[in-house]
Amino acid sequence: MTAFIIYKAIMCAGVFLLCLGAAAYATLWERKFAAFLQDRKGPSRAGWGGILQPLADGVKMFMKEEIIPNVSNRSLFILGPSLFMITAVITSTVVPWAKPVIINGTSYDMQITDINIGVIYLLGVASIGVYGIMIGGWSSNNKFALLGAVRASSQMISYEIPMGIALIALIISSGGSLSLKEIVEGQDAGVANIVWQPLGFLIFFICALAETNRAPFDLPECETELVGGYHTEYSSMKLGLYLFAEYINMFISSAVIATLYFGGYNFPFAHELYAKLGLADGSVWISIIGFGALITKIFGFICLFMWIRWTLPRFRYDQLMNLGWKSLLPLSLLNLAITVLVEYLRGNIKF
Amino acid sequence: MLGLSITQWLFGILSLMAIMFALMVVFTRSPVNSVLYLVLTFFCIAGHYLLLNAQFLAVVHIVVYAGAIMVLFLFIIMLMNLNADTEPRKHIISRIIAGVVGGMLLFVMVGALKGAEHLQLVQAGTSQIGLVKNLGMVLFNEFLFPFEIASVLLLSALVGAIMIGKRDTSTN
Repeated sequence: MTAFIIYKAIMCAGVFLLCLGAAAYATLWERKFAAFLQDRKGPSRAGWGGILQPLADGVKMFMKEEIIPNVSNRSLFILGPSLFMITAVITSTVVPWAKPVIINGTSYDMQITDINIGVIYLLGVASIGVYGIMIGGWSSNNKFALLGAVRASSQMISYEIPMGIALIALIISSGGSLSLKEIVEGQDAGVANIVWQPLGFLIFFICALAETNRAPFDLPECETELVGGYHTEYSSMKLGLYLFAEYINMFISSAVIATLYFGGYNFPFAHELYAKLGLADGSVWISIIGFGALITKIFGFICLFMWIRWTLPRFRYDQLMNLGWKSLLPLSLLNLAITVLVEYLRGNIKF
Repeated sequence: MLGLSITQWLFGILSLMAIMFALMVVFTRSPVNSVLYLVLTFFCIAGHYLLLNAQFLAVVHIVVYAGAIMVLFLFIIMLMNLNADTEPRKHIISRIIAGVVGGMLLFVMVGALKGAEHLQLVQAGTSQIGLVKNLGMVLFNEFLFPFEIASVLLLSALVGAIMIGKRDTSTN
């Protein structure tokens, strides 16, 4: 019992620190990457090559004056960014980070919890993630903030539907389990799910962009029209929480995409490599190598997110809605139909 | 502690919270706060589903009610800009009527629950029916027909909503 609690506490703390650290350095990497795309140098003063820049940004955020508008709803104004941060972090609980480690004959999953409804849990957390933006935007008592909040909620609800249908197709083709651990292990034995779900991956990726409010879907904070969108009235670390949670969302979405479609901690010829290195199942080194593979994939997706942000212009709002309802939804239904047909022909579904 | 197991403690705390938040939904004057308390109530009820080993139901409850329906409610209330001051004061007669009707409901519930201790309670926490696999098996084998009827009902509601929302082309 005590060992179990200690193990869970270590896992929670580890994943939490991993999320925060990755998000902090994602902010730096975003600026470096933008600089690279625009032929600039990017932040280079704080530390070697700007390595301490996230720390400097954090200190700046904490030191800024905190302003809570008089006409705002004070308690909800504080609740908004906290809720957004919480929903960003709790998605990480179902992601399997590495292969289970066997210590003294006990197998320890490198995952906070393996629930048999993991995929629906992800959808659930994504759907309550919008409350942070809505509450923050409304309680600011500012027209632009309210417009941003309303935009965010309609955008997130619209893109959840094709995302869910793409996930159904993925679950059908990956063997019918809703547990992320089993989805990953299924890809260890066979091929990565992307091979059977290329269209589903595309739909899921676009929806993930929209759910994380990244450009070209950043209409809730569209600064050319709405000043700052839902966080117009926020200052100091409350603004920091909103900005920071966006990077955590991006990190976790990348982790989820890598887990669902690209085999998570598995990689091609992994078993040959482990056999060559003479590593037995449950060895710590296998977990570390697998974790490295997962982090590499996540890093790749984060780069893709950033590349898209600094390349594509922002959508107009009607274009956003048309893309969601008139393109992605029919496409995801088509993908589902094709998946069912293919799986029936492969003999995986019996009527 | 008090001879109660962890599950019983969880049940008690969740029930207390659910009742408290449900009361707050009614007593809060601001509609936005009402909606937020209702969301909290839904979370407590989802906790009850978890205690009953119905994980699928719990998460679907969150996704559908807290994640979709209440977001739309909040959306509408924010757009209409309802505040505590705009809520109309009810007339004294309607308050008295509400009190009488509520009292009668209490009366009926007391009568209905009087013999409840003789009912056979389902043993909580041991049934596996709430797990998604078993639920799917039951839903698509034994209860396929009602399930499909329910989906037709939803479809008709959807078509009806589109019909109401459609712009009237004859008058334009």
